[in-house]
Amino acid sequence: MSDSTVITYDAQAGEEHEHPSYQRHHFETIGQQNDATNFAMWLFLLTEIMFFGGLFTAYLIYRNWYYPAFVAASHQLDIFWGGLNTLLLITSSFTMAMGVWSAEMRKQGALVLCLTLTFVLGLGFLGIKTIEYREKFEKHHVPGLHYSVQSFTNPASDPEIEREYRDKPLPPDMATHTELYFFLYFAMTGMHALHMIIGICILGFMIVRARAGAYTGGHLAFVENFGLYWHFVDIVWIFLFPLLYLISRHQ
Amino acid sequence: MSETIVSLPDQETASIPKMNYLSKENGLLSWLLTSDHKRIAILYLISISFFFFIGGSLAALIRLELLTPQSDLMATDTYNKVFSMHGIVMVFFFLVPSVPATLGNFFLPMMLGAKDLALPKVNLLSWYLYMVAGVLALYSMAAGGVDTGWTFTTPLSTHYVNTHVITTGMAIFVAGFSSIFTGLNFIVTIHKMRAPGMTWFRMPLFIWAHYAASILMVLGTPVLAIALVLVVLERTVGIGVFDPAKGGDPLLFQHLFWFYSHPAVYIMILPGMGVISEVISTFSRKRVFGYTAVAFSSVAIAVFGFFVWAHHMFIMGISSYSVLVFSLLTMLVAVPSAIKIFNWAFTLYKGSITFETPMLYAFGFMGLFTIGGMTGVFLGTSGTDIHLTETYFIVAHFHFVMVGGMLMAFLAGLHFWWPKMTGRMYPEKISQLAALITFIGFNFTFFPQFILGTLGMPRRYASYPAEFQVLNVLSTAGASILGVGYLLPVFYLLWSLKYGAIAGENPWQATGLEWQTQSPPLTENFTEIPVMDHEAYDYEWLERQKEKEVPSVG
Repeated sequence: MSDSTVITYDAQAGEEHEHPSYQRHHFETIGQQNDATNFAMWLFLLTEIMFFGGLFTAYLIYRNWYYPAFVAASHQLDIFWGGLNTLLLITSSFTMAMGVWSAEMRKQGALVLCLTLTFVLGLGFLGIKTIEYREKFEKHHVPGLHYSVQSFTNPASDPEIEREYRDKPLPPDMATHTELYFFLYFAMTGMHALHMIIGICILGFMIVRARAGAYTGGHLAFVENFGLYWHFVDIVWIFLFPLLYLISRHQ
Repeated sequence: MSETIVSLPDQETASIPKMNYLSKENGLLSWLLTSDHKRIAILYLISISFFFFIGGSLAALIRLELLTPQSDLMATDTYNKVFSMHGIVMVFFFLVPSVPATLGNFFLPMMLGAKDLALPKVNLLSWYLYMVAGVLALYSMAAGGVDTGWTFTTPLSTHYVNTHVITTGMAIFVAGFSSIFTGLNFIVTIHKMRAPGMTWFRMPLFIWAHYAASILMVLGTPVLAIALVLVVLERTVGIGVFDPAKGGDPLLFQHLFWFYSHPAVYIMILPGMGVISEVISTFSRKRVFGYTAVAFSSVAIAVFGFFVWAHHMFIMGISSYSVLVFSLLTMLVAVPSAIKIFNWAFTLYKGSITFETPMLYAFGFMGLFTIGGMTGVFLGTSGTDIHLTETYFIVAHFHFVMVGGMLMAFLAGLHFWWPKMTGRMYPEKISQLAALITFIGFNFTFFPQFILGTLGMPRRYASYPAEFQVLNVLSTAGASILGVGYLLPVFYLLWSLKYGAIAGENPWQATGLEWQTQSPPLTENFTEIPVMDHEAYDYEWLERQKEKEVPSVG
């Protein structure tokens, strides 16, 4: 029985021998396969938008309710590090786009270089994020973990921030709501960082495969779709950076 | 007029085709590593049946406890865990994947004339995620259970109970991704994998219903995922996002949760409605009346379904303007649902109706879903909702739609496509009896609960005032009849795997593409990709096909 099956498939393969080896058996043409996987990636990114959407909703609601706490708490974020990270991420999106282009042009060396650069820039982003998280940890600004409102009830205790923003002390009940801000900060940037880590792992895998010439033979759907994912993660940050760092800078 | 449309091949000479998707490969690994949508559908069918019987046993325990007014069968805490697990298992491990992951998985590519779903490996991944989630849920149940109810209401779930909220929450999180991947796969397949000539308005209504349900899965489920992540974080780290003491708001959880969980009931019911469209059309030998209206009503249900979630929160202190708007929007969902029911009724009108088992279940669906839907209007009206919410009225309403509607549709579909999936017929007489028993048992179980609810019996309590006992005994007695109705198919369907009559290609004389190939189908469904040259449900086309076949056979 299994023999006859094999024969049928061989016959089919012989008849349709012009199909490239990377075309999956259930697609009629390679164009259909690329269309389908590409569309699936866009849909997946749509689910990601809904996933982050829950957190953005929470941010909007609590920002409206506890406006002074959110302003004071966001002054604790370092615009230099945040800005540098934005720069790194935008550059990494550029190198990723160049990577897709190199794969299209079948330039293996350029592809490996671009992917490696993207990889390094991604790691750089995470490194800077660690520096920022560490500072929050030292100042007891990690919610649920010995959280301290001292920087907000008594801004003078935080001379650096005091010099730059001259925040008025918050009443204690409003100051406790800064914990919500920091929770949202950690949840949103943490979820974003998790996506970066997943992306960097896939990048590592892709670099190994690209060195073996996997994507420069005309089949670059994987690189393209990963590119979409990487740009999406970038765009999430493009929303996070102003909402968390910039929006309250002059208040 | 003949009493049946069944036409089987000559049993003396007929045999199951030697080569089919079941016989292609053997061994456990060939199943566990398969990427064939039909095999994955069978894996799902076995798994969801298993979870259905776990959920069903928990339901039996609930009804046994409620036989007497006192809490005597189990401790009240245990009762809380039993009804919570009943809800969780039934909603997330049975109802959500029931029709889409089994019948949808099996027949969606076939109806479109495709060889497989667009992403076969993602399809298998979704089954594995489902199993991981299932094992986690079973573990949390064995380790002591969870007693928050299936809704994980905060702050109860975050601050007050010390049961296995985290494990169960993670189980549902993982199950959610399984559902997202199924929905995503369906949407891509419907967009990109249709056979030549299969235009959007030639697709069977089963596909339209799955398309609408998939949109809900893809857009709704991630929101549930993030809500559960927040509950778990709130419980473990105490982040405060739902904790009023820290400025958080428990109502935010309700909004996030119901933003998924209300559309989720449409995820559950829409594929069932798709099944009913196929069955009603086949057994009345007519094109579904108002095809376009029925197709768009599925999409309309999906769209409206996203804007009614706050009707679960009328008594939770949302503003009266929200209540007004959400009440109105809730009424609007009744319109596309009614369009479906009316169109099915008009399909029956002057049709050549026969009463095979799938049709009996479909009739059950139409009656019970209509009652379930109409009582939903009572609950969508804020005045009556304040009296009826959190009573047995809501339990009855929900079960009329989900059990009376969805489960009937699932059984209708399972019987309808059983010959295609296995190549053999189920025994007709006993399954008609089972359908009848299910219908009677169902009404005895859940109709008294409407009365109990209006009288004011609250849900989720192990004990109740003695004056409610008569109706509760009626309900428990009905549940035991219902249990028989559900056990019967297990036995005769398994029996039919070996002893059922050989079904042949098209025992129902149905028009769908899935019926124009051998049963059970080949691994890649069709020997050559079909070309769709007629409308869906075109019975005249089928007649012409048969006329053409005669000379070639003779």
